[in-house]
Amino acid sequence: MTAVLDNGPFTVAPDRATVLEHAPPPPMLRNNALMDAIFRNVTRFFAFLVFSLLAGILLSLLAGAVPSMRQFGLPFLWHAEWDPVKEQFGALVPIVGTLGTSFIALLIAIPVSFGIAVFLTELSPVWLRRPLGTAIEMLAAIPSIIYGMWGLFVFAPVFQLYVQPLLKKTIGQVPYLSGIVAGPPMGIGMLTAGIILAIMVIPFITAVMRDVFEIVPAMLKESAYGLGSTTWEVVRHVVLPYAKVGVIGGIMLGLGRALGETMAVTFVIGNAHQLSASLFAPGNSIASALANEFTEAVGDLYTSSLIELGLILFLITTIVLACSKLLLLQLAKREGTNA
Amino acid sequence: MSAVEPVNPAYRRRKRRNALMMSLSAVALAFGLFWLFWILGVLLWEGAAALRPSLFVQMTPPPGSDGGLANAIFGSVLMAGAGALIGTPVGILAGTYLAEYGRRGWLTPATRFINDVLLSAPSIVIGLFVYTVWVAQFRHFSGWAGALALAIIVVPVVVRTTDDMLKLVPHSLREAAAALGAPTWKVITLVSYRAARAGIVTGVLLAIARITGETAPLLFTALNNQFWSADMDKPMANLPVVIFQFAMSPYEDWHRLAWGGAALITLFVLAINIAARAFFRK
Repeated sequence: MTAVLDNGPFTVAPDRATVLEHAPPPPMLRNNALMDAIFRNVTRFFAFLVFSLLAGILLSLLAGAVPSMRQFGLPFLWHAEWDPVKEQFGALVPIVGTLGTSFIALLIAIPVSFGIAVFLTELSPVWLRRPLGTAIEMLAAIPSIIYGMWGLFVFAPVFQLYVQPLLKKTIGQVPYLSGIVAGPPMGIGMLTAGIILAIMVIPFITAVMRDVFEIVPAMLKESAYGLGSTTWEVVRHVVLPYAKVGVIGGIMLGLGRALGETMAVTFVIGNAHQLSASLFAPGNSIASALANEFTEAVGDLYTSSLIELGLILFLITTIVLACSKLLLLQLAKREGTNA
Repeated sequence: MSAVEPVNPAYRRRKRRNALMMSLSAVALAFGLFWLFWILGVLLWEGAAALRPSLFVQMTPPPGSDGGLANAIFGSVLMAGAGALIGTPVGILAGTYLAEYGRRGWLTPATRFINDVLLSAPSIVIGLFVYTVWVAQFRHFSGWAGALALAIIVVPVVVRTTDDMLKLVPHSLREAAAALGAPTWKVITLVSYRAARAGIVTGVLLAIARITGETAPLLFTALNNQFWSADMDKPMANLPVVIFQFAMSPYEDWHRLAWGGAALITLFVLAINIAARAFFRK
């Protein structure tokens, strides 16, 4: 014992040994290290799974579309013929239908969403904001198929009886424009699909617009009010320029939603493979062609052509949504540097 | 000065323009609410006539005879349940990596970006994807394929909410736990998860609400089944596809059942949405 004490610096050694004896045994520490490694890698694996999902979807659709690509090549994109009997397929009609209905939807949804966002951020009393905002969000919660059923059984007849004759009487009399309301009022068709799509994307665009309006620094707005601006002038000249990128991002998000919307459009678009300048005419969209024909498609070429349609839809929506995300990220980054 | 302003034409024009624009924004809100109330009103009206006890106990009928939606309701519950059970852990774990581990590196920003794209990806394409990787390989439609398609829709919703909610947990909580000697996995499971629990549960509830009404991904995966079936390896009846089929048919009594199913789904989805919000605020 004295020998140990004489050794000076080594006196620490026994102390450490006793501490270690009472500390948690090393196996448990090793268990924790192992658990840490497992947990970390499991979460990373699933993150990677999500990361690769987009590529996986793309590749599987690409593989499924190969027979059709081989047969029709690039002209698939602009051929209007769709004849399952003669096995001639072209994507023009559904592509036009998808873009056309989404365009009508945005035409209606953008001003309405803007108005709602302005009302909820600038005009509404604070206690009303939450219930009104929730009510608008509920429009997004209603399943797509409900919009379709309501559109077919309730909206289309009303539209056919009252709105379409009115449009024929007004727009139909204008030269050059009469073509877009030509044909019998049937209730269903491109215009009906576009209007129902508009209702469906309003909550998405509104939500983004509200979010970006709210990040406009209060100081900027108050300065404008202090100079004597009216509420509209503040919105038009302060809020909108500041949040412009985010507003466009929100519109792109709505566009992405509208392009891929399936069930509601399938009910009311009429599902006819034909091109027409009239908005009253029935048409077809990529998603509704898939919903209607895919399970009944016989023959590899038919199935493969439909998968290629799906691939085109996925590519378009992915690009649109990616643009939307990039714009919103850009705004968030600027927000970060300003703060 | 203030006596001059009311007669100043520029001032009056600006005031008028402001009043016009603000009324238009109120009109826009009324326009949005108008559709909501119209759709809900129709659903309640038509649904009230169709929501009878027989809806829950009888099978989907052939046209012209009496029946209910029991097999479709059962199939929907089974597939949505399986979809949520598969999708939730995947989503939570992936979201955990993004918020807790992935501070550096390329995986986190790239995954966040792709996840946001998937969040709004057309659900019919998800159905097509599951068709090509599952149904076309096994050569038959099945309840499992439907559940898988629904799970793929659940994942991005849960990833996003888990990520967002974990990011809100204050670092001091994690540091306090780490200072007590807790290993990272315990810090995450015992501290971070508990702090973010309300938000994560809300996300899962919203994901379940979303898949309950999804029709498009089930069309090519679960297909449909006229009879009671609990075999997830066979085509399976489900409410959305039955509603689609019945509503598109020319038969009046099928339409009535479709309205019943539509009212049922919508009430369920709205109830979950409102419950999730209430739960989250608490």
